[in-house]
Amino acid sequence: MSAETPSKLQKMINSGNFAVTSEVGPPRSADGAIIEHKAMMIKDYVDAINVTDNQTSVCRLCSLAACIRIKQMGLEPVLQMVTRDRNRIAMQSDILGAASFGINNILCLTGDHQHFGDHASCANVFDLDSTQLAMCVRMMRDEGKLLGGWEFEVRPQMFIGAAANPFAGPNVAMRVSRLAKKVAAGVQFIQTQCIYNMDTIKTFMKMMVDRGLHEKVAILAGITPMKNVGMAKYMQKRVPGIDVPEEVVKRIGGVPKENQAEEGITLAVEQIEELKEVEGIRGFHIMAIEWEEKVPEIVERIGLYPRPQLA
Amino acid sequence: MIKAIPKPIEEIIENVKDCDKLLIAGCDGCVTVCEAGGLKEAKILASALRLYFTQGGKQAQVDDTSLTRQCEKEYLAQLSDRIDQYDAVVSLACGCGVQYLAEMYDKKVIYPGVDTCFMGVNEERGLYSERCQACGRCILAETGGICPIARCSKRMLNGPCGGSDKGKCEVSKDVPCGWELIYERLKTVGQLDRFENPTVPKDWTTSRDGGPRKIVREDLRI
Amino acid sequence: MRLQYPPNVRIIEVPCTGKVDINHLLMAFEVGADGVIVVGCLEGDCHYMAGNLHAKKRVSRVKGILDRVGLGGERVGMYNLSSGMGGRFAEIVREMTEKIMELGPSPIRKATGTALKAAGEVAA
Repeated sequence: MSAETPSKLQKMINSGNFAVTSEVGPPRSADGAIIEHKAMMIKDYVDAINVTDNQTSVCRLCSLAACIRIKQMGLEPVLQMVTRDRNRIAMQSDILGAASFGINNILCLTGDHQHFGDHASCANVFDLDSTQLAMCVRMMRDEGKLLGGWEFEVRPQMFIGAAANPFAGPNVAMRVSRLAKKVAAGVQFIQTQCIYNMDTIKTFMKMMVDRGLHEKVAILAGITPMKNVGMAKYMQKRVPGIDVPEEVVKRIGGVPKENQAEEGITLAVEQIEELKEVEGIRGFHIMAIEWEEKVPEIVERIGLYPRPQLA
Repeated sequence: MIKAIPKPIEEIIENVKDCDKLLIAGCDGCVTVCEAGGLKEAKILASALRLYFTQGGKQAQVDDTSLTRQCEKEYLAQLSDRIDQYDAVVSLACGCGVQYLAEMYDKKVIYPGVDTCFMGVNEERGLYSERCQACGRCILAETGGICPIARCSKRMLNGPCGGSDKGKCEVSKDVPCGWELIYERLKTVGQLDRFENPTVPKDWTTSRDGGPRKIVREDLRI
Repeated sequence: MRLQYPPNVRIIEVPCTGKVDINHLLMAFEVGADGVIVVGCLEGDCHYMAGNLHAKKRVSRVKGILDRVGLGGERVGMYNLSSGMGGRFAEIVREMTEKIMELGPSPIRKATGTALKAAGEVAA
C-alpha cells in the first residue's frame, strides 16, 4: 500500500478506521439522473462509491461517465474497469481521462465473459488481464509512462484496487497466491467477492495473515444482503464463484416471505460484526444489488455511521 | 496446414540446461512440411544441444525421434516404453502436439521447441502465409473465396478501410489489402453484387471469443 | 601441380555442396573437428542449378548455431572455387588451418579429451 494518492478511500484505510464502500450500477439507458439518485441515497454512509463497468457483460451507461457525475457531486468514485471490452490503448486513454477529472480510485478487473451477458455473440478483447491492468496503472502513476513507452508529466493519481474471490474453490491456497501476484503487480486494496461462507473467508484471511499479505494490501470484505430466499437459491445455484452455504438458504427461507428481506439485512449485519474481528479486514464493500436504499440502514446497524471526517 | 518456426536455440537451452537426459520429439505432420519440427529439425536440435552440453563439459544424453502425429494419442503412445528415462522432452510439434504430449504423460516435463504461428499455405519453400483464422463459420462463399478475417488487418467484414492504398494494407506495403483482393475476385467471377451487401455484425461465439472449442460428431464417434 | 597444403585436413567428397546438410556439418563438430570448410563450385556455375547457394545458406545457419552453443561460428566457412583453382584451394586450407590454430582446439575436443571419433559413436 506504499504509494500515497489523494484518494479519500486510501486516507480512510490508512487512518485505521474501517472503510465503507458501496456500488452503483449504471442504467441500461442514457438516464444519468438514475446515477445521481442512487449516489444521493448512499453518499453520507460510504467513503467511496464503486461504479460497475458493464457488469455481467450487460451493456450499460459507461462507468467513466458515471464516475465523472459522482465526482461532480463532490463524492468519491471508484472507477471499475474491465479488460474484456477495450484494449490497452482505450483503457489507458480512459484512465488519463478519469484522472483529468480528479478520479483517484480504480478497480482493475478482467470482467465476466460476454457469454453471460446481453451480447453473447460479440468478440472480446482481453488484451490485458486484471493483473496487467494494475501493472499498467502503477506504471502510469509511478513512472509517468504508458505501456508503449511514452513518458508524460501529469500522472494519474490512482489508488489501485482489484477483486479477489476466496470462494472460487476448492483451492483456497491458489486464491491467496493469485492475490499475492496482484499485490506484486501494484494492487493496494481488494474488494472481495460476496461473502456468505464465513469459514472459507476466515481460512483465506488466516493464510493472508500468515504470509503477511494483509499488511501489503487492504482487504475490504464484500457483503451482499439477500433480498429473499429466491435470490439466495439463485446465487447458490446459478452464479459462478459464489458460495452460499445451505444454512444461509435455510435461514432466509425459514422466515415468512414478508420478513425475508429483513432477515437478509440482519444476516449481512451479523456477518460484518463477525468479520470486524477477523485480522486483516480493513473495511466493507456493501454491494446491495438494485437495493441501494438499504445501505444506510446496514451501515447504521454495524455502528459505522456517521463516517469519520478526515482532514 | 499449421505453420510454425523453430524457437531460438538459446530459449530452448535456458529451459533444458539442467537436464541430463533429453528427448527431442519431432512431429511428421504440419511442422515437417514447414520444416520447423520434423525428424530433420529434431536431429539438428539434438546435435546442437549435444554440442552445447559437451563444450560446457557436461555429459548429457540427447536423443531424437519423430512421431507420425503428436495430436493423436495412438502415436504418442509410441513413447510410452522409453519416455521415463528422460528428464524432459522438447516437443517440436505445434502447440496442440506439445499440449497433448504433456496431457498424455502428465508427470513428464515437456518444453516447446517451436513457435506455432498460424494456419496457412506454402507459397514457396520457406515462404508461408496465413489464410484462415478458424472462426468456425465460414463466409468464403460471400467474399469470393478470400477471407477478410484472416487477410484484413482489421478483420473488417465490410471493407476496405480508408487506409488501403494502391491495393496495399495500411499496416505494411508488403501486405495486400484483403478487401481489394475480394473486390477484384468478385468482379472476376461476376459476383460484384455481393460486395455491396452490408454484412451484419458477426456472431463470434464459434471463434476464439466463445471460449475453448470442441467438435462432437456423434455420427463418427465409436 | 604438386601443391602443398596442411595434412590435418580430411576431405569428404560429395557430388555437390547442395548435398551437404546442416546435420552433416554439426556431426563433424560432434566427432571432434576443429573447423569445417565447405568448398563448392563458383556461384552461377552449379551443375544442379543452385546446390552451392543452398549450401551457403546452410553454412550460414550452422554458423548461427555454433555461435549460440558456444563453439563460435568462425569455425565453419563456405568457399566457391572452380576445378581449375587448385592453388586457391591450397591457400584456403592454409588460411583456415591458421585461423583454427589461433582459435585453438574445438571446445568439444577439449571437453572430451579425444581426437576425432567415428561418427557412429556419436549418433548411436
